[in-house]
Amino acid sequence: MQPSTIVIVILVLTALAYQVGRRRSLAAVGGRRGARNLHSLPGYYGLLTAAWCALPALAVLAVWHFAGERLILGSVLSQMPAEFHGLDAGQRGLLLNDIRNVVAGNIPASAARPAVQAAAIEWSRLEGISRLAGGIVALCAGLIGGLFVWRRINPELRARNSVERLVEVALILCSVIAILTTIGIVVSVLYEAVQFFRLVPVTDFLFGTKWSPQMAIRADQVGSSGAFGAVPLFAGTLLIAVIAMLIAIPVGLFSAIYLAEYADRRFRAVTKPLLEVLAGIPTVVYGFFAALTVGPLLRTVGESFGLTVASESALAAGLVMGVMIIPFVSSLADDMITAVPQSLRDGAYALGATRSETIRNVVLPAALPGIVGGVLLAVSRAIGETMIVVMAAGLSANLTANPFEAVTTVTVQIVTLLVGDSEFDSPKTLAAFALGLVLFLVTLALNIIALRVVRKYREQYD
Amino acid sequence: MTDATPVPVLTSREKVAATLKRRYRAELRFRAYGLSAVLIGIMCVVFLFWTIIQKGYTAFEQTYIQLDVAYSAEDLDPAGRRAPDDLQAANYQLPVRAALRAAFPDVQGRSELKKLYGLVSGAAEQTLRDRVLANPRLIGQRDSVWVLADDRVDMLAKGKIDRSLPESDRAIDDMELRLFDALKAGRHVEVRFNSPFFTSGDSREPEQAGVLGALVGTLLTLLVTLVISFPIGVAAAVYLEEFARRNRLTDLIEVNINNLAAVPSIVFGLLGLAMFIQFFGLPRSAPLVGGLVLSLMTLPTIIIASRSALKAVPPSIREAAFGMGASKVQTVMHHVLPLAMPGMLTGAIIGMARALGESAPLLMIGMVAFIVDVPKGLTDPATVLPVQIFLWATSPERAFVERTSGAIMVLLAFLLLMNAVAVFLRSRFERRW
Amino acid sequence: MSTPIATPSDAPRFAPSRGRVSVSGAADESLPGEHLETKTVGQVTVVDPVMGARGVNVHYGTKHAIKDVNIDVAKNAVIAFIGPSGCGKSTFLRCLNRMNDTIEGAKVTGLITLDGRDIYERRQDVVQLRAQVGMVFQKPNPFPKSIYENVAYGPRIHGLAATRADLDEIVQTSLQKAGLWEEVKDRLDHPGTGLSGGQQQRLCIARAIAVDPEVILMDEPCSALDPIATAKIEDLIDELRQNYAIVIVTHNMQQAARVSQRTAYFHLGDLIEVGPTDQIFTNPRHKLTEDYITGRFG
Repeated sequence: MQPSTIVIVILVLTALAYQVGRRRSLAAVGGRRGARNLHSLPGYYGLLTAAWCALPALAVLAVWHFAGERLILGSVLSQMPAEFHGLDAGQRGLLLNDIRNVVAGNIPASAARPAVQAAAIEWSRLEGISRLAGGIVALCAGLIGGLFVWRRINPELRARNSVERLVEVALILCSVIAILTTIGIVVSVLYEAVQFFRLVPVTDFLFGTKWSPQMAIRADQVGSSGAFGAVPLFAGTLLIAVIAMLIAIPVGLFSAIYLAEYADRRFRAVTKPLLEVLAGIPTVVYGFFAALTVGPLLRTVGESFGLTVASESALAAGLVMGVMIIPFVSSLADDMITAVPQSLRDGAYALGATRSETIRNVVLPAALPGIVGGVLLAVSRAIGETMIVVMAAGLSANLTANPFEAVTTVTVQIVTLLVGDSEFDSPKTLAAFALGLVLFLVTLALNIIALRVVRKYREQYD
Repeated sequence: MTDATPVPVLTSREKVAATLKRRYRAELRFRAYGLSAVLIGIMCVVFLFWTIIQKGYTAFEQTYIQLDVAYSAEDLDPAGRRAPDDLQAANYQLPVRAALRAAFPDVQGRSELKKLYGLVSGAAEQTLRDRVLANPRLIGQRDSVWVLADDRVDMLAKGKIDRSLPESDRAIDDMELRLFDALKAGRHVEVRFNSPFFTSGDSREPEQAGVLGALVGTLLTLLVTLVISFPIGVAAAVYLEEFARRNRLTDLIEVNINNLAAVPSIVFGLLGLAMFIQFFGLPRSAPLVGGLVLSLMTLPTIIIASRSALKAVPPSIREAAFGMGASKVQTVMHHVLPLAMPGMLTGAIIGMARALGESAPLLMIGMVAFIVDVPKGLTDPATVLPVQIFLWATSPERAFVERTSGAIMVLLAFLLLMNAVAVFLRSRFERRW
Repeated sequence: MSTPIATPSDAPRFAPSRGRVSVSGAADESLPGEHLETKTVGQVTVVDPVMGARGVNVHYGTKHAIKDVNIDVAKNAVIAFIGPSGCGKSTFLRCLNRMNDTIEGAKVTGLITLDGRDIYERRQDVVQLRAQVGMVFQKPNPFPKSIYENVAYGPRIHGLAATRADLDEIVQTSLQKAGLWEEVKDRLDHPGTGLSGGQQQRLCIARAIAVDPEVILMDEPCSALDPIATAKIEDLIDELRQNYAIVIVTHNMQQAARVSQRTAYFHLGDLIEVGPTDQIFTNPRHKLTEDYITGRFG
């Protein structure tokens, strides 16, 4: 039996359970006319029965699926010839992959080793049995659950309350997914990062100044641990983020000021959405723009000034990233500026302050905490931005502050280390997760600080 | 005051007047900074769009070359059975090359012939095969066929290759130029609407590469994203806004949502790789996994938008429902949720638009592979439009630049469409209480 | 309105409760000026006015908020604008130092003069105008800066102080005039927002005084304050009268009676009646004024 067939059967059973539950509730009070005597609407009795039918069945099915695979695996491996016992984790994984591929038909059975062939046949047989048994057990669980409620249906049963409690539990589960996602990120990144730090000491990673992951695959490499020094990546990330913020902060802030304080309604109605277009453009488009337009342009301009600009330069990536972040800074700054109460502006105007004096001396200082929070969020975004730097910043891990040179960033390295088939036991792959951990922690810290600052600011004027 | 001359005592009014000129200059300067910041931003938008359109509009056109083909029976169907299998397996390179040789009988020599053959795309064979399979009676006859030109010829026809450059710096050398001009003079070259761009998958050959595979992949991925993130997002928002009491758990959830909204997308890619592919063993490069990753990424956006939509429903509606004796769930399901739905949908579309443009996390889970076939299911290997753009952008062939820009225009058109729908929904259903 | 009903007969209760405020002398301080044909009842003009309004109209978009108002503001006297909510008194007040300029869609027509010059004239500098016509708002709105900086801000932007010592002096005298010096002299560097409501409002008054204005506009300055703080502000207003012309908008009729020498009654954008305060409260000549005073509406 295919898993999808079982699910369909369960759904049919559930629909049946709904009808049966509903009928029984009506029957208990002598038909539709007696429905007033029921505690809840008849539909709720149906829903309750259906829920008690579907939930146990699906739960059993899920557990069976995961547990069953482990059991089959153990059984298949134990039946294989002796030379396949006592393999280490990596070899075992490869062997299992082979067997799975034969089972799925990706590799013709004739191409596999005889032992693997036998294992694959055994696997298929066990899997068939397991699925059939799982399906039957799941259906039984559903039937028992449904029957359990069905027997208890009487006019006093508070079906609506029970159904609503189930709904609430479902809602809670949905909102807990946010926490689970965070935990998932932390666990998956941390787990692989810890593996990495077993191979490369944390201090070497954080403070080493030489990054060349490609060479460290060979165990006899002289500096196999020294090649994972991430300082050039941090420096490159920082350099590009600084360039981006040098563009985004003044342009974003000033345009927010202009739009909030000077522009008339028509001008604002036209320009604000136009600026926000920048926020909606996919980052890969910015990457293309940086790599094919801005990069060559800077090169030409630089040459005319007698400067050598690498075709993939920190400047090109930073400039374009700055443009990307402009609407982010400006809309946040706009929020903060408009949150400053009008009474403060009136106070300054009434003293005879000019508009710019009011803005500079009253509005901006009052909005400063909020703007700082917004800028921190923008920095976190610049650090985490991937596509622009992947396409325009380059791969060479230069430790330099020269914006005309190519640098590499944390995100670029994560992408280059992980794209393509990756083995989960080489330090090269694991390094990407270590970088991911650093990236996650830094952006998390920035976000928490920024959100706190912004919230405090908002409360001040609420 | 060290000044010996007595300082005239100024009234306040005179003192104020004395500062005015300087202060108004400062005012003007400040205002000019603001205006120029706005203009810089707008210029960036204009420049960006202008570059892409100017580089990419030609992607919607494609150069074709007319060949006078002879479908010789001994080349294509030596067995003479006209069986579809035989016709399918036949070598259609022969008639293509023969037609080219016939058009230019003066071209001799190995390298010269190679250049001649290089004028048309490899797809020419497929064109002939399709024609013969559709009409086997063509065998033994002559036929005038328009076939795809090679990408370099395409560039030349669109004027993207500078003829004044020295031969060594040009993608097309003098001989090819002569052949092309001769074809053109004989009206055997034509630039037409590029329908293959929308009907074929990826290819290593720029002239054969299309966006259909990526479009279908995007559609499947977004479908998974929507189906997962919208119900969960709405449920979470409803719980937090309507049911939850403020306690540690809800505080924690809230902090998590706000933080997840700002976590770099690439970190979600790492999660997808480690969790879905490594731990759960789901297939690489599949729209299913891509959709799962994007769902987790879009969830905060949808939750936040849905919550503000729920907040906008006035408490009086809830009170009225409670007053009628409706339960909490009934109040929410019957009254609050329908009123908040347009706002939630708007949020969902905006979230989807963001997911549509996302590429970094999908690189992590292998959707960056070179895939020619159009995906047919959720577990087929696939790529998505932004990643396709990334792949083409990093390809060395010149002709891919215009394809990339073309694909970007397609992507932007979709984004525009989604945002327009969101704006429409908002204006149509926005209610002021 | 929580204003207790006041009838003409029990008007003496509005007589000054604290001796320093002299209502009876009001008429002497603002002698009637030229004769002017207006629909307003009473004497709108005074001799040697500091400010004057002639035929002022204000439109907010399509709304006609102020209709053909004529009135003079006398030197060294307090004039109170009273009237029901939405009658336009605050709007008119904001015309006097062109604060309406900051509101989009507001259009002011007519003539408003300061020392005989049209303040809406093209050459009139709005910055300079506001330095001469200061304003205190309904809700205290100190800048989120120190007490010292709040007061020093005006003199600083206008270049009124050449040295730090000058500035210190201006701050001190302003705070003294505002009656706040003794309370804050030891904590001038504390934030202005940390003061109590009444202190904040007096800080705002000190801030207005610091730029040495000729006229101070007060838009319901006590509406956000408790009775004790209100009493202090009222005393202060009476003292400030020695040096400044003061225009006060108030919802509180007793307050108008206590602090002002002249009173103007606004109704739905019209200036109905102007006259010496004691006359307006004891013997209103217009029916609408009487209705308002006696609490028929408002």
